[in-house]
Amino acid sequence: MPTPVAITRGSTSILSTNRLVRNTYALLSLTLLFSAATCALSMVVDLGRGTYLASSIAALVLIWFVLPRTANSASGIGVVFAITGLLGFGLGPILSMYLKLPNGPQIVMTALGGTGAIFLGLSAYALTTKRDFNFMGGFLFVGMLVVLGGALLNIFLAVPAVSLALSAVVVLLMSGFILYDTGRMVNGGETNYVLATVSLYLNIFNIFISLLQLLGITSSDD
Amino acid sequence: MWLKILSAVALGAMLVMLLPRAKQALAASPVATPGDWRAVVVPLVAIVAFVAVLMAIV
Repeated sequence: MPTPVAITRGSTSILSTNRLVRNTYALLSLTLLFSAATCALSMVVDLGRGTYLASSIAALVLIWFVLPRTANSASGIGVVFAITGLLGFGLGPILSMYLKLPNGPQIVMTALGGTGAIFLGLSAYALTTKRDFNFMGGFLFVGMLVVLGGALLNIFLAVPAVSLALSAVVVLLMSGFILYDTGRMVNGGETNYVLATVSLYLNIFNIFISLLQLLGITSSDD
Repeated sequence: MWLKILSAVALGAMLVMLLPRAKQALAASPVATPGDWRAVVVPLVAIVAFVAVLMAIV
């Protein structure tokens, strides 16, 4: 029979998990809105194709060198908004390019809806099963290394089939990461909502970009 | 061309930064039971089917 102390610890743990999940999704919602706003700004300003690369590099620098030092303080929230704002800003020229295609608005809206459905479906699945997906960690990170290596080679080879295959693999890997990251939140592997938000945001961002590529390539074959 | 070179440098840096994390994840990942993988494969197959539908309708 559980002792009162054990029950108190158990309910404290559930409360802190609930707080973590609530804070993460609240911050994620705000950052997605902010990201959409910076994306719209970027589309209006129209700075050109290099914007995506420059914004991504700046966001990566923040993720690697600034976020780990600020994640446990209030300034971490500002860093999250800076990262997501930069990534959203970089997305502007890409969306402008897709919107110029004959069925561009349909591609963008399908990719957006598809990303939302994938994220909501997988998050609901991971939150309701409460399964520990930590066993996937090694597989997912090695998969990411393989994808990055393939993408690096394909910059110079420029084979459309490889690009299509990489986008498909990224959708699957990021779907796996959604399960992994959500499982870590639920099972205590991640206790910082700032870091959890950035992880989930990057999963959503990468799924969206990859879906855009997949839908853009396949619709241009028609 | 400079965009390609800069992209390659960024991807190379991502590889270098991700390598220790991958090693750590490989070492720290618990061994999966047969049911664990099934719980992952089923939703991922659903995602593949969903993306195939999206590609067909666009």
